Amino acid sequence: MQLTVWTYEGPPHVGAMRVATAMKDVHYVLHAPQGDTYADLLFTMIERRAERPPVTYTTFQARDLGSDTAQLFQDAVRDAYERFQPKAMIVGASCTAELIQDDPGGLAEALELPIPVIPLELPSYQRKENWGAAETFYYIVKALSRPAGENSPARVRPSCNLLGPTALGFRHRDDVAELTGLLRMLGVDINVVAPWEASPDDIARLADADFNVVMYPEIADTAARWLKRTYGQPFIDTVPIGVSATRDFIAEVTELTNVDPGPVLADAASRLPWYSRSIDSTYLTGKRVFIFGDASHVLASARIARDEMAFEVVGLGTYSREFARDVRAAAADLGVEALITDDYLDVEERVQELQPELVLGTQMERHVAKRLGIGCAVISAPVHVQDYPAAYSPQMGFEGANTIFDTWVHPLMMGLEEHLLGMFSEDFEFSNETRPSHLGGGARVAEATTESAPQADDVLQWSDDAEKTLSRIPFFVRGKARRNTETFARERGIATITSETLYDAKAHFGR
Amino acid sequence: MSGNTALKRDTRDSTRGEIIRERGQREVFCGLTGIVWLHRKIQDAFFLVVGSRTCAHLIQSAAGVMIFAEPRFATAIISERDLAGLADMNDELDREVEKLLARRPDIKLLFLVGSCPSEVIKLDLSRAAERLSGRFMPDVRVLNYSGSGIETTFTQGEDACLASLVPEMPASTSAEPELLVAGALADVVEDQFRTLFADLGIERVSFLPPQRSGELPAIGSNTRYLLAQPFLTDTARALEERGARRLDAPFPLGEEGTTAWLAAAAREWGVSDEVFERVTAPGRERARLALGRYQDELAGKRVFFFPDSQLEVPLARFLARELDMQLTEVGTPYLHREHLARELEWLPDDVQLSEGQDVDKQIDRCWAAEPDIVVCGLGLANPFEAQGITTKWSIELLFTPVHGYEQAGDCAELFARPLRRREALRI
Repeated sequence: MQLTVWTYEGPPHVGAMRVATAMKDVHYVLHAPQGDTYADLLFTMIERRAERPPVTYTTFQARDLGSDTAQLFQDAVRDAYERFQPKAMIVGASCTAELIQDDPGGLAEALELPIPVIPLELPSYQRKENWGAAETFYYIVKALSRPAGENSPARVRPSCNLLGPTALGFRHRDDVAELTGLLRMLGVDINVVAPWEASPDDIARLADADFNVVMYPEIADTAARWLKRTYGQPFIDTVPIGVSATRDFIAEVTELTNVDPGPVLADAASRLPWYSRSIDSTYLTGKRVFIFGDASHVLASARIARDEMAFEVVGLGTYSREFARDVRAAAADLGVEALITDDYLDVEERVQELQPELVLGTQMERHVAKRLGIGCAVISAPVHVQDYPAAYSPQMGFEGANTIFDTWVHPLMMGLEEHLLGMFSEDFEFSNETRPSHLGGGARVAEATTESAPQADDVLQWSDDAEKTLSRIPFFVRGKARRNTETFARERGIATITSETLYDAKAHFGR
Repeated sequence: MSGNTALKRDTRDSTRGEIIRERGQREVFCGLTGIVWLHRKIQDAFFLVVGSRTCAHLIQSAAGVMIFAEPRFATAIISERDLAGLADMNDELDREVEKLLARRPDIKLLFLVGSCPSEVIKLDLSRAAERLSGRFMPDVRVLNYSGSGIETTFTQGEDACLASLVPEMPASTSAEPELLVAGALADVVEDQFRTLFADLGIERVSFLPPQRSGELPAIGSNTRYLLAQPFLTDTARALEERGARRLDAPFPLGEEGTTAWLAAAAREWGVSDEVFERVTAPGRERARLALGRYQDELAGKRVFFFPDSQLEVPLARFLARELDMQLTEVGTPYLHREHLARELEWLPDDVQLSEGQDVDKQIDRCWAAEPDIVVCGLGLANPFEAQGITTKWSIELLFTPVHGYEQAGDCAELFARPLRRREALRI
């Protein structure tokens, strides 16, 4: 058993719903008790979808358990087929139905419906949402795709499939638009986008494309590997988030297709490189950031943070255990330790300990950062309704880099504001008890102290004058100053920290 | 009490049309959802769901943005190891509870909340609660109830929770009659009712649930109770078993419902007509004034209720009688004939009642009924809006204080605002 308050990922059948909801003409019959329909609101409320997810829940009750839940399931499949007339169906069990072992796949097959019925095996007590989405997409591709046939249209230009965008993803809608535009400019056609708005007929013609683009490895990696094995279709899994990653992506596309990247690169629409070089951005140098989210977005963000914003990445981590190895490697490269966890309390603790100036994370980190009075930008699912913006806001491609520059800079203080804070730290609005004005002002909810872990022999004392000096240090670096000074004092066996110690430590650590 | 108009009962025979009884897909939350408001109501209680990742995800999604303060609930997620018998689930549970209580010394009452998976694998949470109580009493009392979707629909979770508290209530030795109000109410409403009862001269009044677990009211054969919520079937049964007697009344929604509800207690306590009139007149006047403002907007508007919280029947009655709205279908997950007797008498004859749900069929009926406003859950609302039908999310009727005189206008506002918004938008 594991104690959980907030979760980064739902159960695997929610992943299956994300795939089914993204597609057209697919219906999902889920063997599930009352209550599991809550998942509909994720799509209708958080993503503001105008249609109900194409999901039928069998809604079995306690009194059905002794009798015939299997019959209930078959009735639900038959009714759903008749009402919705899908071109393919997926069937499976939620966590409770998994325990009663009704075999949805076999039961649905026995009905001999005139459409493909794809059974899902998603172990709810082992796996989670993204894995469920990946597995569902893989099952669908495996069941419905066909070898490139003679019916395939003759092509002049090379073509590819965009794989991975689903319902309830972080900016998937806009990433699809951005990448489609980018690839077309390069001279590459889009054969199929899937699961996003793909029908079973579209899945059937996946093999017609020359290669696959794995937009979101968490979701499309399994299917792309199978397509490579089965049809020899190569894939690109460089995630084009950030200017450099987008350039890498373009290089890989040109390598596979021999298209000329020249016009696209020459016309690169990203303002990020110039904005980062412009002198107003000097204040961004060495900003301490902490990054947490799904693996793809964390890896991309770490690269942007270091190479394109000149931030200092002080910590990073992911809840995507499936990709823990990649994140650990990236962390090692940055000289920090990766945090692989799905417990938001661990993340909160790490943020508190590191005292970053900016947190790049999910909905959960947004709340943690807000509580601690630290600026935050959202870079990854899970997200809430405000992260489905009305404006075109991709993360991928050159326009995505523009969006990212703006979004990340927004919660930070501008250079002059920072200087003013440093010079006039006794201004009443800059005090410890006041929340920074750019974060809404008002009283601080929780003091972002970073008491270093007390040690058995910890007898460190702060003198009054040292405390006073500390209080004049701008709040956003105060935690770090306290921590550095204590480390410095401990290393030198200093029992009482004075103003002098503080300045010595500042000189020692250089900041 | 004859002078009181609200007490005149409509004795018309309620042989209205057939009630539609359906079972099929239900677009309703399970009983775990009640934790979202109960954990705020009982301030030293913690709710530990023993369930799956789905349970945790459900509460998180239902709680939506109420994510800020550290919540007093969590889910102990059952894993493959537990199911395979590699770990003794009871040991695991004890360990998690121990960790939790060490971290939250402010907790005095811990609910182990059963879920669909824990019910299906027959994990005995009542024994677990007993065992843990034995270990942590007197600091922490451990109780259990089921909020599982295979047994409870949405507000039935609160019913199960309150029912589990009843055996813990101390025995009353009072020779005087005592009033107990059952059902979680907004704090502000509770305060208003306290004042009204005090002004009526009913002095011994308590509320279930209390704000602190140590303040569980006493109960005995002199206890008379009023239901503040229509979904408390099991709680009422448990209260009766302790000797309490229910005061038959409609529910305190709207001016009329609130007056009749207060009158049921006044009658029992022998409050004179004159005192009752004097005490309730200002509230009734204010409620009428507030509701008057909504007449133009709401009168004649057709409303359709999807089943959700069991508040549907009292709300429909309020909308029909005090705001002259027209009822089409009023769906409810469960129709408690006895508790709703006064409400059903007040419903217009031509209303179509439905119990249970087969959501696709009900959506078809909803289209056919051509309502002006549909009261439904979050999963259905935006799809209806996208097709041009105005909706009111039903969950807001639970998360907003709507009971009592001072909230009658607020309750009307919840229905008026979506209609007004649709009118106001010129896009």
